[in-house]
Amino acid sequence: MSAEDEAIRRDQEERLLQAWKTPTGWRYWSEVNNTQVGLWYMAAAFSFFLFAGVLALLIRVQLAFPDNDFLSADKYNQVFTLHGSVMMFLFAVPIFEAFSIYVLPQMLGSRDLPFPRLSAYGFWCFVIGGVFVCGSIFFDAAPKGGWFMYPPLTTRFQEGLGADIWLLGLSFIEVASIAAAVELIVGILKCRPPGMRINLMPLYAWYVLVVGAMILFAFPPLIAGDLLFELERMLDWPFFDPSRGGDPILWQHLFWIFGHPEVYIIFLPSVALVAMMVPTLARTPIVGYSWIVLAAVGTGFLSFGLWVHHMFTTGLPGISLGFFSAASVAVAIPTGVQIFCFLATLVAGRVARTVPMLFVSGALAIFVLGGLTGVMVAIAPFDFQAHDTYFVVAHLHYVLIGGMLFPVFAGIAYFYPLVGGKMLSPRLGRIAFWLMFVGFNVAFLPMHFTGLRGMPRRVFTYPEGLGFDGLNLISTVGAFILAAGVLVFAWDVVRPKGRQPYGPRNPWNAGTLEWLAEVPPDKPWGVRSVPVIESRYPLWEQPDLVRNVDAGRYYIPDAEERKRETLVTSVLDAEPEECLRLPGPTYLTIAAAASTGGVFIFSTFHWWWAAAVSGLLGLATILVWLWTGTALVPEKPWKDVGMELELPLYRSGPESVGWWAMFITMLGDSTAFASLVFGYFFYWTVHDDFPPEGAGPDLAWPAVAAVCILGSWLLTLGARSWNREGRGTAFTVALGVAVVLAVAGAAALLIAPAGLDPTSHVYPAIVWVLMIWAALHVGLGVVMQGYVLARRWAGRLTAEYDIDIRNVALYWHFAAATAGVTVAVVAGFPLVG
Amino acid sequence: MVKSPRLRDSLWMLIAAPTIWSLHFLFSYVTAAVWCAKLAEGASLGGARTAVAMYSAAAIAAIGAVAHYGWRRHCQETRHPHDVPTSHGRQRFLGFAILLLAGLSAVAVVYGALPAAFIASCH
Repeated sequence: MSAEDEAIRRDQEERLLQAWKTPTGWRYWSEVNNTQVGLWYMAAAFSFFLFAGVLALLIRVQLAFPDNDFLSADKYNQVFTLHGSVMMFLFAVPIFEAFSIYVLPQMLGSRDLPFPRLSAYGFWCFVIGGVFVCGSIFFDAAPKGGWFMYPPLTTRFQEGLGADIWLLGLSFIEVASIAAAVELIVGILKCRPPGMRINLMPLYAWYVLVVGAMILFAFPPLIAGDLLFELERMLDWPFFDPSRGGDPILWQHLFWIFGHPEVYIIFLPSVALVAMMVPTLARTPIVGYSWIVLAAVGTGFLSFGLWVHHMFTTGLPGISLGFFSAASVAVAIPTGVQIFCFLATLVAGRVARTVPMLFVSGALAIFVLGGLTGVMVAIAPFDFQAHDTYFVVAHLHYVLIGGMLFPVFAGIAYFYPLVGGKMLSPRLGRIAFWLMFVGFNVAFLPMHFTGLRGMPRRVFTYPEGLGFDGLNLISTVGAFILAAGVLVFAWDVVRPKGRQPYGPRNPWNAGTLEWLAEVPPDKPWGVRSVPVIESRYPLWEQPDLVRNVDAGRYYIPDAEERKRETLVTSVLDAEPEECLRLPGPTYLTIAAAASTGGVFIFSTFHWWWAAAVSGLLGLATILVWLWTGTALVPEKPWKDVGMELELPLYRSGPESVGWWAMFITMLGDSTAFASLVFGYFFYWTVHDDFPPEGAGPDLAWPAVAAVCILGSWLLTLGARSWNREGRGTAFTVALGVAVVLAVAGAAALLIAPAGLDPTSHVYPAIVWVLMIWAALHVGLGVVMQGYVLARRWAGRLTAEYDIDIRNVALYWHFAAATAGVTVAVVAGFPLVG
Repeated sequence: MVKSPRLRDSLWMLIAAPTIWSLHFLFSYVTAAVWCAKLAEGASLGGARTAVAMYSAAAIAAIGAVAHYGWRRHCQETRHPHDVPTSHGRQRFLGFAILLLAGLSAVAVVYGALPAAFIASCH
C-alpha cells in the first residue's frame, strides 16, 4: 500500500470513528448501536438468570427435608412462580434477543441492523419491566399462581397485586420481544452483505428468522389473554368466570398457544449457536445445511400444533387430544434431523477438545434425554399419569437446560473473545462444566422417580415416609453443585483481565464473518468495509477477504458526511439496493420506555390518572422520535458507496426497511386480534345460547362504523397516490376528510354496545373488548393521518420522499380489516346464528 | 447488477407446504371441536371423520404439487452444489429445501389424520 493510499485509509477511519463514536460519561447510556445495546441486554438478562437461580436454590432448600419450614407456603408460591416466570420471560427469550442484536450485525458483515433505536427502546422496556416484576418479591407482593397463572386460582382465590404485576409487567416485556423480532427479521432479510444469497446465509440467521416469525405469532395471543385477564381482575369483566358465562379454559388455550411455541423460541436459537460452533470446532463445514434449514422451518411450524398437550387433562374430546398428540410426536422428526446433522459434522471433522465443545456435548446428551421424555408425555395416556408431577418438572428442565442453558454457556465460552478480545480460562471452564453437568443430573434425574412415585409439582412441602425424602435430598445436593458450576463460570466471565494478554484475532479459526472482529475490539463501526460474500464460510474460502475488508476495499469504507450508514440488499440474492442512514445516540428511547412503562406500572396500582399522563407522554415522545429521527430527506438522492456503485439514500414502500417493519408489526398485531376473535367463537362453542337471544348490539351503529372506516381507508389510499402525483390540495383534503370519517367510525364502534353491561355476562364483555380494540386501532390511524398531514406541511414528506404516507397506508389496510372483521363478527354473526 | 431469475416467488414457496399442514391441522381441530360441541347426535364423530379425510386428501394433493415444484427447481438447473454463489445455486438450494419441507409436512398431515381414522367418538 502506497503512502498516499495509507493516508486516505487513515482519513476514512478517522471519519468512520467520528460517526460511530460511543458517547462518554453519562451520555454513554444514550448509545443505540446494537453492538453496545446487545452487551447491556446480555448483562441484564444474565443478572435476571442469577436472580432466578437463587430462587431455585431457595426452592430446593425448602424441599430438601419433609415438613420443612424454611419458607412459608405463601412465600414458597411466590418463589417458584417468580423462578419460572423470570427464567422464561427475563432470561431464556431475552438472552437470545440480546445475543442476536449483538452478534448479527457482525455475522452479516453489516455496520448495524436497520432500527438501532428500536432495539434500545426494547432493551429499556425489558429492564424497567424486569426490575418491576423481580422487585415485587422484596415487598411480599410477587405473583404466586405459577408461571402460567391459571384462573380461577389467580382471579378468585389469591389476594394482592401479584397477578397484576405478572400480567402487566410481562405484557410490557413482550413489547420488547416484538420490537426485537421486527429488528431481527428485517435485519436478516435486508441487511446482509452483497452476495450473501439466501443459500449462503449463516445458519444462525436462518434460525433467528424462524424464531422472529414465531414471536410474531406466539406472543400476541398471550398479550390478548393478558388483556382479558386484566379486565377481569380490574373491572370484573367475567371472561374466565363460569358463573357469568366465562370459561377458565380459554386462558389455558391462549396461554399455551403462546407457551408451547415459546419453548421452541427458546430452543431454536440455542441450537443455532450449536450450528455455528460445531463446524468451527470440528473444522469442517456443516453437514446437511439444507436439512437444518428444513428442521428450523419445520419445527417453527409444527410447534404451533402442540399447545393442547399441556391441557390433556382438561376434558377435551379424545380426538382433539389425538391431533395434538400426533403433532407432538411429529415435531420429534425435525428435532432429530438437526441432532443427526450435528453428530455427522462432528464425525466428519476433527473435533477440538475445547470448553465450548464440552458444553455442546453435554447439551446434546441432556437434551436427547429430555426429548425422549417429551415423546413420552406427548402420548396422552402416559401424560394422564404423569401430569402435574415432578416427572414433568424433570422433563422440562432436561429440555430447557440441555436445549438452552448448556448451549448458551457454550456460546459464552466461544463468543467471549468478540466482546473484549480476551479468552476465558480453559481450566475454569472445564471445572464449571463438570460441576454443572454432574450437578444437573444429580438434581434432575431423581425427579423423574419422585414424579413417578406421585409427588405433585408446586407443593411447598411433603410428609415423610412417602418415598420422596431421599430423592428430594439428592436433588437439593445436585442443585447446589450445579449452582457452584454456574458461579465458577460467572466468575471467569467477570474476573478482572487487565493483565491478561489479548487473544489472537479469530481465535477458534472460524469461517463466518463475526470473526472479522478486530483485536483489541475498540472500533465501534461494526465492520471496516462491507464485503462481497461468495461462500458459506468466507473466512475459510475467500483468501484475501480479511485484508481487503481491513484495507477498506469493499463497500462504504468511508463516512464522508460523518453519518452512520449501512447497506440494504435484496431479500433473496442480497443485491445492493440502498445506502441506509442510521440514527445515532439519543435519550428519546429511554424516555419512551419509561413513559410507556409508566402506563403498565401505574395501572397495576390503579393510579389511572398517572397512567393516562404517562401514556400521553409516551405518545408525545414517540412522535418526537419519529419526527426528528425517521424518514429524513437526504441532502442528495444518490451516494457513491465504493466499488464503482452508486445507491439511493432513500427508498419507500416495499423497498424500504420501514415498510417491512410496519408490515411485520401489524402481522403480530393481527394475531392478537385473531386471538380475541378466537375467544368470541370459543364462547360460542361452549354455550348453547351464544350470542344470547336479543342481546344486541343492533346492526345500525356497527354499519355506520364500517362505512365511515371504509371511507377513511379509501381516502388514505387516495392520499398516497395524490401525494405521488404532487397534488397537494387533493392530498390534504382527502386526509382531512379521512380523519373526520375515522373519528366518526371509532365513535360509532363505541356507541354500538352502549346498552350492554360488560360485567353482567361474558357476551357483552367480549363484544366490548372487540369494539374497543377496533376503535383504538382506528384512533391510532387518526394520529397517523394527522402526522402525515403535518409532515407534508413541514416539507418532510414530498412526492418523491413518501415513506410516511406509504407506511400509514399500509397500517390502514390492517386497521380497516380489523374494524371490518369486528363489525362482521359482532353485528353479522348473531344474524347468521 | 443483473437481476436474478424469478426473484419474488421462492421464499413464499418455502413455507407453502408447512402452511398447508397448518391449515389442515386447524381445519381438522376446529371441525372436530365444533362437531362435538354443536352438531354431534349422541357422541358419534361421523361427519367430522369424513371431513378430516377430505381435508387430508386435499392437503396431500396440494403438498404433492409443492413438492413437484421444489423438485423441478432443484433439478432443472445443471447440477451445481447448493452453496455456489450464483442465483442457480440459490434456486437449487431453495428447491431442495421446499422438497424436504413438503416431505415433512406430508408426514405431519398423515399423523394428523390418524386420530380421525381410529377414534369414532367425541368422548
